[in-house]
Amino acid sequence: MTETTQTQGTIPVRNQWWDVWDQFKTHRGAVIGGAFLIFITLFVLVGPYLWQVDAQKLDIRNKDLRPFYIGLFADVKWSWSRPLGTDHLGRDIMANLIQGGQISMAVGWTAMILSLFLGTLIGVLAGFFKRLDGILMRFTDLVLSLPLLPILLVMMLLFRDPLRAAFGPETGIFILIVSGIGITSWMHTARIVRGDILAIKEREFVLAARSIGTPPRRMITRHLLPNVMSPIMVSATLGLASAIITESALSFLGLGFPSDFPTWGKILFDSVDRMASFPERVIWPGLCISLTVLSVNYIGDGLRDALDPRIRGL
Amino acid sequence: MLDAAPSKKPLVEVRNLKMHFPIYAGLLRRRVGEVKAVDGVSFDVFEGETLGLVGESGCGKSTCGRALLRLYEVTDGSITIDGVDIAALSNNALREKRPTMQMVFQDPQASLNPRMTVQAIIQEPLDEHTTLSTKEKQQKVYELMDAVGLNRRFAGRYPHAFSGGQRQRIGIARALALNPKFIVCDEPIAALDVSIQAQVVNLLEDLQEQFGLTYLFISHDLSMVRHIATRVAVMYLGKIVELAPREALYAAPLHPYTEALLSAVPEPDPSLEAKVERIILQGDVPSPANPPKGCNFCTRCPKVMDICREVEPATREVRPGHFAACHLHEITSQTAGATAAQREANERQHGE
Repeated sequence: MTETTQTQGTIPVRNQWWDVWDQFKTHRGAVIGGAFLIFITLFVLVGPYLWQVDAQKLDIRNKDLRPFYIGLFADVKWSWSRPLGTDHLGRDIMANLIQGGQISMAVGWTAMILSLFLGTLIGVLAGFFKRLDGILMRFTDLVLSLPLLPILLVMMLLFRDPLRAAFGPETGIFILIVSGIGITSWMHTARIVRGDILAIKEREFVLAARSIGTPPRRMITRHLLPNVMSPIMVSATLGLASAIITESALSFLGLGFPSDFPTWGKILFDSVDRMASFPERVIWPGLCISLTVLSVNYIGDGLRDALDPRIRGL
Repeated sequence: MLDAAPSKKPLVEVRNLKMHFPIYAGLLRRRVGEVKAVDGVSFDVFEGETLGLVGESGCGKSTCGRALLRLYEVTDGSITIDGVDIAALSNNALREKRPTMQMVFQDPQASLNPRMTVQAIIQEPLDEHTTLSTKEKQQKVYELMDAVGLNRRFAGRYPHAFSGGQRQRIGIARALALNPKFIVCDEPIAALDVSIQAQVVNLLEDLQEQFGLTYLFISHDLSMVRHIATRVAVMYLGKIVELAPREALYAAPLHPYTEALLSAVPEPDPSLEAKVERIILQGDVPSPANPPKGCNFCTRCPKVMDICREVEPATREVRPGHFAACHLHEITSQTAGATAAQREANERQHGE
């Protein structure tokens, strides 16, 4: 109020996000994971401009080329114009990996965010509002008890054609797969979040917020959600992995994207029957999937630590 | 002795407050009974005073304090704070009323959100109830931190970085943010060690003087209550058994339970300590789900009479400003003054 208190009042407060970044940097795995994720994202996004080979183009004369690192040391058919080789129809594997990566990453991230949103929403509502708890959790049990793949298959059969007609073949199937995976994988997140909310709801700081007169809406966003960040983050990283893998399984069953539309999962499954003669066709998409999942896991781990003020040591 | 000037106007009037928690059991989760945590409590808190609320663990002190701010939906009774019946208000009206009454919690560790900075914690009431700008809020937070003796530079830190006493100061600053009239202190010192207890209690006293606050001070520490309270209410099993000005209560307790409670206070002088006659109560506190018929204390009372097991004693004003709920003082109403005087004399002898 007075001059003196005002001059005292201006104490420079460092932005909290710098502290979060500092803590994040100390987690070696998270930094490496982050770097790899940026690399692979750039690979699939910028890749098509640098490597301008049509992934769909059939080139029967150049089929079954081996990658350069085998060709350099052994007497096999290979070419510098196809550094990672070609498949049994002569399609370039590098171009396929790039294009498939776009689809796989898009499906993975979107489905993960959707299932995380649903899971957190249902978990928070069930945990916070006692009246909704019973019905929402029985609903969760119900969805959990349904076998995942048959449900997805039925969904594909029912909705594929209308969605294709409405949004075009690619976008339609994308929406279908993403929502299919999203609405069949939120249950574990919901259960974990509900359990944590139930525990945190009984802590005294929530009572303190009630005594201040904080309405339930802001109670959830200000007090409950920040305190259930860690389990949400963990299920997010697991969710991304399982979304990519479920999409692969669907493609494998022939119910995902059309056959001329590569994804990491589909490249992998297409090559399984000739794995012994052409191991590179399995290794590369497999590496892409597992390294992406692993790096997201590490980033989640690092973020969880960095966002916790107790671990940050402030 | 009679310092509870009856001319003062009561800020808080509690009448027949009941807080029962239902018990569900069996396969169908049917309601089979209720825990009578607070069972018909009536008292006034006058403006500017500190009412101490004492009793053993589980007697309903904290529940009573929380029900007073309607952190629980009360079963029955009325709570009038500053002329408004809190127990009957709608949620929106209650929210408007929240700034007049605040609470300081027992566990300073649990009552602060570990994910919020001190600044955000103290600012929360301002966010909810005022339309100040960010800068004004910041300034107000700094002033509050000054008032409770926290360094302004700590505003950006998180609660885990503070000691218990400092955390309790943060809790007090948060309670003060909206300039309340009435603060319920729910065992604010129970989780602190002795030297810090003194600091926090002195801080509470200073703030009371500075801001003209009214406290309900819940505690089981009788000597601390003696230090801070102007009047003291003693609770046993959900009921107030005795309510009196501090000096009167400590000098001449009327209820046998209060006598037993006061005799348990440790005497610092070892030579006197040996002479202190302790009244040791037999047995345990009955379950609040199934309180005894008649007087709640009849199962353990050393002076129990037949009537105690049958009829619930009414609270009566045995002496001016000194209320007790005991049949002992009903029957011997004529001789009550004499016995009390005698007891007071005994007490003095013990004291010397």
